[in-house]
Amino acid sequence: MTILLAVIAAVLCGCGTYLILQRQLSRIVIGVGLISHGAVVLLIGSGGGRGDPVFVGRELRSFNDPLPQALALTAIVITFGVTAFLLALAYRSWTITNDDDVEDDLEDRFVARGHRRGGDIVPAGDLLSEDYEVER
Amino acid sequence: MTTLVALPILLPLIAAALSIACGWNRNLQRLIGVATLAAVTVISIVLLVHVDDVGIEVVQAGGWPAPVGITLVADRFAVIMLVVAAIMLLAVLVYAIGQPGAEQDHVVFHPTYLVLASGVAAAFLTGDLFNLFVAFEVMLTASYVLITLGGRAEQVRAGMTYVVISLLASTLFLIALAFIYAATGTVNMADLGVRLAEIPSGLRSALALLLIIVFGIKAALFPLYFWLPDSYPTAPTPVTAVFAGLLTKVGVYAIIRTQTLLFPAETRPGTLLLVVAAVTMVIGVLGAIAQDDVKRILSFHIISQIGYMIMGLGLFTLAGIAGAIFYIMHHIVVKTTLFLVAGLIELRSGSGRLANISGLAHTAPWLAVLFLIPALSLAGIPPFSGFVAKLALVQAGLDAGQYVVVGISLAVSLLTLFSMTKIWANAFWGHPRVATEPALAPITAPTAAPIGGARLMMAVTGVLVALSIGIAVAAGPLYRLSERAAADLIDTRRYTESVLNP
Repeated sequence: MTILLAVIAAVLCGCGTYLILQRQLSRIVIGVGLISHGAVVLLIGSGGGRGDPVFVGRELRSFNDPLPQALALTAIVITFGVTAFLLALAYRSWTITNDDDVEDDLEDRFVARGHRRGGDIVPAGDLLSEDYEVER
Repeated sequence: MTTLVALPILLPLIAAALSIACGWNRNLQRLIGVATLAAVTVISIVLLVHVDDVGIEVVQAGGWPAPVGITLVADRFAVIMLVVAAIMLLAVLVYAIGQPGAEQDHVVFHPTYLVLASGVAAAFLTGDLFNLFVAFEVMLTASYVLITLGGRAEQVRAGMTYVVISLLASTLFLIALAFIYAATGTVNMADLGVRLAEIPSGLRSALALLLIIVFGIKAALFPLYFWLPDSYPTAPTPVTAVFAGLLTKVGVYAIIRTQTLLFPAETRPGTLLLVVAAVTMVIGVLGAIAQDDVKRILSFHIISQIGYMIMGLGLFTLAGIAGAIFYIMHHIVVKTTLFLVAGLIELRSGSGRLANISGLAHTAPWLAVLFLIPALSLAGIPPFSGFVAKLALVQAGLDAGQYVVVGISLAVSLLTLFSMTKIWANAFWGHPRVATEPALAPITAPTAAPIGGARLMMAVTGVLVALSIGIAVAAGPLYRLSERAAADLIDTRRYTESVLNP
């Protein structure tokens, strides 16, 4: 049983990782969801093998460990909330750019484009302004 | 005294609820926020005096004994962090009230900010690894809202990266927790310190590494720092200032806490941490030199400075950890101040881009002073606080015989000074220039007016600059306090005893 849980967790995390490495925001959100499911399954698995439900079985020894279940429940609630926020953010990104892709960091591009000219590094900001074009 | 330990977590949470209810009146929200954070500051200082005097204070929520219940532990390290964090949160909130922007435009600013304060306090005070996860989540969820406040295009882009990376780190934390629970059957940190010593050393090293990766993402260590300079600069200034000062440092706190408390002395990954620290310092400062925007330069410096703190931890000596704690105190104050100054620069010149600012030393001489002092302090020029903090770390490094990392840290100091002179030469010297870019207009119309405006912002920044000078003046007592805190971290018996056998 525990091996099965471990395999399920591994598959979920693997698929999630593949999806997170994509460029579409919707896939990234689904990937994040899959990985957190994998983590929750792993948490459940950390409690050991099968046992009776707590407070129901008569033998104290046959109880399943309730703590990982409580931890998993907390984790599920938290991931649910954050995933909802992530979806809202992805929707906002879609309404702004009309596109589902992850945007480039423009500032990074500017810094990368700043280059050497006559021994001086041309500051990236100058590439933006028109007077640089005139000087050139 | 024991009830005081829970108050820094509870008060802001209750105040956040009140603040939502008072959403119709911004001045009431302001009163609630400032009063709560002032109360938290006072409580933290009282706790610091008490804990330093009497010893570790432990609270078992609901009266359940240690490995079962929810444990809050206030030891010297936690309370030092709490005091610095509370002062910063209060100062930045007052600054935000003066600054036209996020605070006036959004009703959710105050409640979210208070939730953030509660999460930060919980992360410092918790004595339970799973509650550390919950505290991180409370803090991060609030930070997701704050960093995307306004919903402009670049904020959404940067916020997306930030949320996905943070969520991934949290999931890794959950996976680490599952492994730790499967191996030991407990998540209480004091209990873990005892039980982790009994499991095979290979497994233990794997768990230690997993935790370093988890907190390394949150603290922006090499090679896990890419998200930070991308996401921080886009947020409103007060938000960036508080993130820069506090959030990554909570990650550093978690690394120091887990590596000293959970894992036995003989298997600590000292060399690994030293290598990571050295590379983090160098990469951060090189990144800063390449940038052209004040906030981005400062963001890269956060990464570089994290390296110094991890260097102190990596030595795993009393002097090293004491140096790291002192460095964190100095760094939180100085870094927050620098970001507040960056906000003032943007307010004056309408842009944070170095190419668009010039001659501020003529038009705003006081701003120049407010920038110069923390900038020199960050670079480690005597007689400012950065010098004392770096001296402590360098001395600890030399005592431990780690000459390479000490040499690198000194070289990085020089490069830090270089990139600070870059801001100085571009923004403050030269001929004054009329603002070229208008300040970004908010999407939603402001619902309240700022109080005090630029004058209040200057005053708050001035107070923080004075505080950083105060750290330099009181360096002796503060360093001895850090040393006592470090002694508690190295000898974990007192922590374990007071949690498990009260």
